[in-house]
Amino acid sequence: MTTTPRWRTLTRHHLFWPVAVLVVLLLVNVPFTPDFFSIKMTDGHLYGSLVSIVLFGSPLILVAVGMTLVIATGGIDLSVGAVVAITGALTCSYISDQADQDALSGVLLAMGIGLVAAVVCGLWNGFLVARMGIQPIIATLIIMVAGRGVAQLITDGQIITVNSEPYKLIGGGYWLTLPFSIFVVAAVVAVTVALTRRTALGLLVESVGGNAEASRLVGIRSRRIKIMVYVFCALCAGIAGLMISSNTSAADGNNAGLWIELDAILAVVIGGTSLLGGRFSIGGTVVGALVIQTLTTTIYTIGVPTQTNLVFKAAVVIIVCLMQSPKFRAKVFGGGRLGGRFGGKRGDRSTATPADTAATPETVRTMEVS
Amino acid sequence: MAEPLPVLEMTGIVKEFPGVRALSGVDFRLFPGEIHALLGENGAGKSTLIKVLTGVYSLDGGTVTLNGTSVRFHSPSQAQQAGISTVYQEVNLCPNLSVAENIFIGREPTRFGRIQWKRLRREAAELVDRLGLDIDVEAPLSSYPLAVQQLVAIVRSVGTGDADGQGAGTKVLILDEPTSSLDRDEVLELFALMRRLKGEGVAILFVSHFLDQIYEVCDRMTVLRNGTLVGEHMVRDLDQVGLVQLMIGKALDQLEELHDHQLHADVGESLLKADGVGRTGGIAPFDLEIKKGEVIGLAGLLGSGRTELARLLFGADQPDTGKVTIGGKQVSMSAPNDAIAAGVAFCSENRKTEGLVPDLTVRENIILALQATRGWTRPIPVAQRDELVAKYIKALDIRPANPEARVGQLSGGNQQKVLLARWLITRPKLLILDEPTRGIDIGAKAEIQKLVVSLSEEGMAVLYIAAELEEVLRLSHTIGVLRDRKLVAQLANGPEITPTRILETIASGEHQ
Repeated sequence: MTTTPRWRTLTRHHLFWPVAVLVVLLLVNVPFTPDFFSIKMTDGHLYGSLVSIVLFGSPLILVAVGMTLVIATGGIDLSVGAVVAITGALTCSYISDQADQDALSGVLLAMGIGLVAAVVCGLWNGFLVARMGIQPIIATLIIMVAGRGVAQLITDGQIITVNSEPYKLIGGGYWLTLPFSIFVVAAVVAVTVALTRRTALGLLVESVGGNAEASRLVGIRSRRIKIMVYVFCALCAGIAGLMISSNTSAADGNNAGLWIELDAILAVVIGGTSLLGGRFSIGGTVVGALVIQTLTTTIYTIGVPTQTNLVFKAAVVIIVCLMQSPKFRAKVFGGGRLGGRFGGKRGDRSTATPADTAATPETVRTMEVS
Repeated sequence: MAEPLPVLEMTGIVKEFPGVRALSGVDFRLFPGEIHALLGENGAGKSTLIKVLTGVYSLDGGTVTLNGTSVRFHSPSQAQQAGISTVYQEVNLCPNLSVAENIFIGREPTRFGRIQWKRLRREAAELVDRLGLDIDVEAPLSSYPLAVQQLVAIVRSVGTGDADGQGAGTKVLILDEPTSSLDRDEVLELFALMRRLKGEGVAILFVSHFLDQIYEVCDRMTVLRNGTLVGEHMVRDLDQVGLVQLMIGKALDQLEELHDHQLHADVGESLLKADGVGRTGGIAPFDLEIKKGEVIGLAGLLGSGRTELARLLFGADQPDTGKVTIGGKQVSMSAPNDAIAAGVAFCSENRKTEGLVPDLTVRENIILALQATRGWTRPIPVAQRDELVAKYIKALDIRPANPEARVGQLSGGNQQKVLLARWLITRPKLLILDEPTRGIDIGAKAEIQKLVVSLSEEGMAVLYIAAELEEVLRLSHTIGVLRDRKLVAQLANGPEITPTRILETIASGEHQ
């Protein structure tokens, strides 16, 4: 392999592998759908596969961005899917109770109520993790399980449908020729980047996740920081909940945001943030979420049979995770014998995945010092 | 007195870890019916020796002979079956089970695969009774205080191998720091049990940081230093001063030569006052006053409570008793934030686990403490930040002089400088340095000591902890002497304060 300094700088950039995977996945579609990259203007709206990927990926990007900060503190938030359901359920049930569902003030109030509920969920998670010292995976499991019950209680176990034009905008409407949700996502991402990198929040989050005891001893109020990130994560999930229920004009307590927490965690990991906490990359997470959404789209475009599409997805995820593992790359590409090694031992490779996924460069070094 | 044959003999023991030779050719022997102290500073190789003996670590060289036969253990359970039991500082029992169950856990008497509960309780009661303890074996372990739990752990290990009811199993009992969390009465009870076991012919290996206890209960001692054997002595033949010298490894006259001091005289008004500050299991209540521009050195063996004292003054641990006043105002010390707000800075001796965030860059590590005091909403302006960082990288000569370098990749000395820089930019009034020169090269060491002198000349108070006495003597106006987790003396430095004098104070524990 040729390794000019510029090429090496490029491959060492933390976004190189996520972006490379995304580009490859996009290119795979071209032989099946020749006009994959074309974008057409119809009725003043832009249509095309790329637009759809961003549109359908919007809720996942939102949830994954919030998840990134939680993971950076060394935590994890399993409750985001349930928060999606609760927010959608509360908002839709409030709107459906209105005499005039198209009234803007009513819709805004409904959305406010939904988001407040999301924030309350985040406060609860943060309280359990930071104040009570409960392990994040357990603390957030509570709302993950119980939250679905709450959502169904709100909807009486039914699917609540609404018929509100203003509410339809956030998840299904268009603005300036583009889906409105793209603007929402762009705004949330921009705010998150500003919040973490323009203030010292990002540094303090990385410090708490990188070495909790050292952070305590320099006087960082890590409890406060942790509560903040759980609240922020829940808020992002809440906005995603609005988007999902708005897109279908319905609130489904049972299925809205189902398993989105796992996709979000995967997106964060693909984006290069270590599950052990510390360094995080919002940009990487956005790319990671786009990879996952592109994968879903690809499955449909290349016509993988429905019953095997989860297997297909799993296989791709395994490959992506292996590609990101420096150990795996050193083994496979270092020896330069890609062909012979990959086919035979699929079973072994897939069992090795979880460990290798976590072994991003950051992880490896953290483990050495601790 | 004709010496009987040793029950255990270790000869030429070698244990290596990557890059470190933890034990090089250590000899150790243990006689039946004796209490044998294993002594040495932290890192001298005591725990390594115990772990080699009990099969936790494999042996890289040397032989172990138990009752005349050569043995090699590959796991603690093998050692236990051969009659070597260990009780650690932390009690490794199940608090929710009864005392009897704890004693027999894993080797319950069974018949046809079922546990014989009555027999289990009866035998447990007999065992406890035989060892002269007053413990209800049917009560849950958690209903007893920690000290009694520790006694139960000893009873359990003594009972090892007597599923047949003979009680002849344990020949060697290893007690690793059993007294560190016990009060005086509990210690006496433990000693009574140890003496009873000794009377039954058990050989006891006793590890403790408390020198008085060694002299109270032990017959013989083996001293290690830096992984080598320094000597084996009968306790009655060696006084405490001699012992401390052996542990530190310098003859007194050798220490004298290095001793010269040029301290600035202008120590200012009172800055910090500690009244009866203490913490159970950490350090006994102490009074201490620190003045502006004063360097206070803490001397004492490792484990004597130096770090514990420093951590209380920083709020890293919370004191149970007493109060701390800084600049005339009482500080609650409920968290490090309180101390930091009052102008205290603390460089931990554990750079990696309690100091640096290895993933972050040099720049980020340096500004961390200052940023924490400002809170997340007020980032340090970029220009000011870069200027500060550049200034301290230059002043402390941090290499590489690259603020973007990841701190985990720096050498130990440079990491220490990064930690110093982190606190210096907060302009503290009191700087606590816990072993700032440990594990760094001689050049960096001298630089850091020089820095301490110049900081104190500028009026900063410094609390300086170092293992090397001459280092403490060279820098300090006042020397606090610690022993057995107590601040036993505060000596104003002067010509009459010599390493000998300090060693005597450490050894005798008396004010003079």
